Amino acid sequence: MIAELGLAALWLAAALAALQLVAGFLAARADGETELAALIRPAAVVQGALAAVAFAMLIWLFAITDLSVKLVAANSHSMKPLVFKIAGAWGNHEGSMLLWVTVMALAGALIALVERRLPERTMQATLAAQGVVSLGFYAFLLFSSNPFERLPIPAAEGQGLNPLLQDLGLAFHPPTLYLGYVGLSVAFSFAVGALITRQVTSEFARAMRPWVLGAWVFLTIGITAGSYWAYYELGWGGWWFWDPVENASLMPWLAATALLHSASVLASRDALRTWTIMLGVVAFSMSMVGTFLVRSGILTSVHAFAVDPERGSFILALLALYIGGALLLFALRASTISEGERFTVASREGALVFNNVMLSAILAIVLLGTLYPLVTEAFDVRVSVGPPYFNPVGAIFAVPMLVVMTVGPLLRWRQDRLERVRNEVALVAALMLAALVLFSLLASVSLLPLLGLALGIGVGVASILPLRGRKLTRVPLATWGMVVAHFGIAVALLGMASESAFSTERLAAVQVGEATTVGPWAITLEGVEPVAGPNWTALEGRIAARYDGGEPTVIDPQARSFWAPPQQTTESALITRWNGQLYAVVGDQATDGRWQLRLWWKPFVTLIWYGGLLVALGGVLALVGRVLSDLKRRHVVKRMAERRKEQEALS
Amino acid sequence: MKAKHQRLVLVTLALVAIIGAGLLAVYALRNQASYFYLPEQMLADPPQPGQAVRLGGMVEVGSLKTDPDGVTMHFMVTGKDDSRVPVRFSGIAPDLFVEGSGVVAEGKLGADGTFVADNLLAKHDENYVPRELEGMNEHQAAKMAEETTVGLK
Repeated sequence: MIAELGLAALWLAAALAALQLVAGFLAARADGETELAALIRPAAVVQGALAAVAFAMLIWLFAITDLSVKLVAANSHSMKPLVFKIAGAWGNHEGSMLLWVTVMALAGALIALVERRLPERTMQATLAAQGVVSLGFYAFLLFSSNPFERLPIPAAEGQGLNPLLQDLGLAFHPPTLYLGYVGLSVAFSFAVGALITRQVTSEFARAMRPWVLGAWVFLTIGITAGSYWAYYELGWGGWWFWDPVENASLMPWLAATALLHSASVLASRDALRTWTIMLGVVAFSMSMVGTFLVRSGILTSVHAFAVDPERGSFILALLALYIGGALLLFALRASTISEGERFTVASREGALVFNNVMLSAILAIVLLGTLYPLVTEAFDVRVSVGPPYFNPVGAIFAVPMLVVMTVGPLLRWRQDRLERVRNEVALVAALMLAALVLFSLLASVSLLPLLGLALGIGVGVASILPLRGRKLTRVPLATWGMVVAHFGIAVALLGMASESAFSTERLAAVQVGEATTVGPWAITLEGVEPVAGPNWTALEGRIAARYDGGEPTVIDPQARSFWAPPQQTTESALITRWNGQLYAVVGDQATDGRWQLRLWWKPFVTLIWYGGLLVALGGVLALVGRVLSDLKRRHVVKRMAERRKEQEALS
Repeated sequence: MKAKHQRLVLVTLALVAIIGAGLLAVYALRNQASYFYLPEQMLADPPQPGQAVRLGGMVEVGSLKTDPDGVTMHFMVTGKDDSRVPVRFSGIAPDLFVEGSGVVAEGKLGADGTFVADNLLAKHDENYVPRELEGMNEHQAAKMAEETTVGLK
């Protein structure tokens, strides 16, 4: 019964999305108000509620392990802990698509309820665009991936969940990324809505900005968490592999970062109108491309996903429809969007335009590198594109962008002279130069990490300069957000550069009881024992590690074997100190009884992820700041209206 | 500068940068075409010594040997014909790295013709095979069948 209720809710939600689309289309054609147009907002709200009901039903089915439902039987097991039963609801293709459409519908409902700043017609066009996008996903769910499908005969037991996914962090990783993707779909709908009514104003940017910020925060958290997961779970000691699945989340992030900055130019200065619209379209396109790459199985990756070519074609068709449609609309309307405000090259806008262009260039590089193997494959040439391509080619654009990032936030809007910020520029330049000289003298560091260290220091110092001479309690939250996010970039950069420049590695075969060293660490292998978990067995090494002659800490790296499905994982062991991490992996046993140990000392590697979290925190601060100031403004407007009414009544 | 001109300049600059990035990417990617080598390709047209490349093929059965240090291993990677490239690798081999299965070795060709690998990609789990090796299993199966049936005739 519950499954049928869920399915019915999904059909009704799809019908309402269709209503949004039709009503919006008619309202856009009619010059005045049509009666149907009045239905758009309520339709969006109810659609959101119905999608939420459907998703709640699916979670319920997973929570009670209803094995008459195909999806539950295929992805769950009655003996699983409740939290993984619930996470199982979206730990699969159908469920994650339902999550996608639910988040999107809820976002639509929220816009319909709270957004009153935009002209009503733009709002209706936005909701109609949302209806179009959701409708595609509803069709996808209802016709090709019904999550509520029943089995003819209920299964006796479920098939379980991929053991790699039975990890709390990973259970919440996909929803985080999805919230980011879906947030960008809202930005897309706004862009399309504004294109339809030709009302691209700073008010429009202010309405769109919180959605972009929210999406960007979730993407940032998702990428950071994904990177850390790959680092400790794969046992390769690396934190970024330029894997297609990683790129699939990086590309929307790059576009969203550019969009965030251009939307803020549009919001504060009413410039970059068409460019912002264009980025709104591109950002969502990138999240669709990402979904397509990950879900279609068109490329394999170290992150294993369920694959199905038919679904791939469906997403590809949606991709072509939405992006093609939006680009066509853009081409038709772009020239009719009126001019924005002007600015000079040396101004905040100028720096932000530079940042946007560089981000777009990096996006182009990542996109081409990710798709290139698919293209050559068509000509039967197998190519792998890896770090030797992405690192140097990306750096050509990332380095100048980071250099400009040190100056940009210090510049004034519209028009400025570089001489005004001479002292700050000199300070930052001197620090970077000193870092370059110091590190190249101290150690043999190769070019990219060296640049990374210098830029990390430069950007770090420059990012807090906008706060100087200001009363810290009076600085707006949004400015704090910028400062924290930029500082986070610097922190992450320092972590990356330090990891590449100063990591030391020791690879050794040792007898039990034998000692070895890596960097400042003395390591003793105390024993290797077989251990068993609920659904795996493992060989577990006991390693005593002393930092610089101090007290020993015992860690237990494992080589784990799961049997259903058969899979082997490396459970690395980590010791985290303020100044870096010790990373240990245990390998095979040689014929003479020695065990292979792979050890890394990675100075300041944790800064990479702390930096990522700081960037996300910056986004949260900016978001809270914007929302609070909006509420305040709304309150002031209301008070003014009341006062005017009182005065009218008096006179 | 008139507003219209400013917009034109901006659009031009953006286009130049993005097309520049694209051209640069395409140029760099063309070199990537010689990033992955099969053993027969590596023997016929070896990469520059010291250039980072990938070598993909099958680990020859019976060729795997470990040095006394316990962590350096030597093996032969074979390709479609009888071409073989010797590989040296120091490190912990992936879990599913065994003789007779596919491998992609990342590293550099040494001056002595030995491929020095600093990373091995083998089957990651049941679902993941390095992309370059897809389809190679069939060929290997056919080859192994040939080899093992010779004695029967």
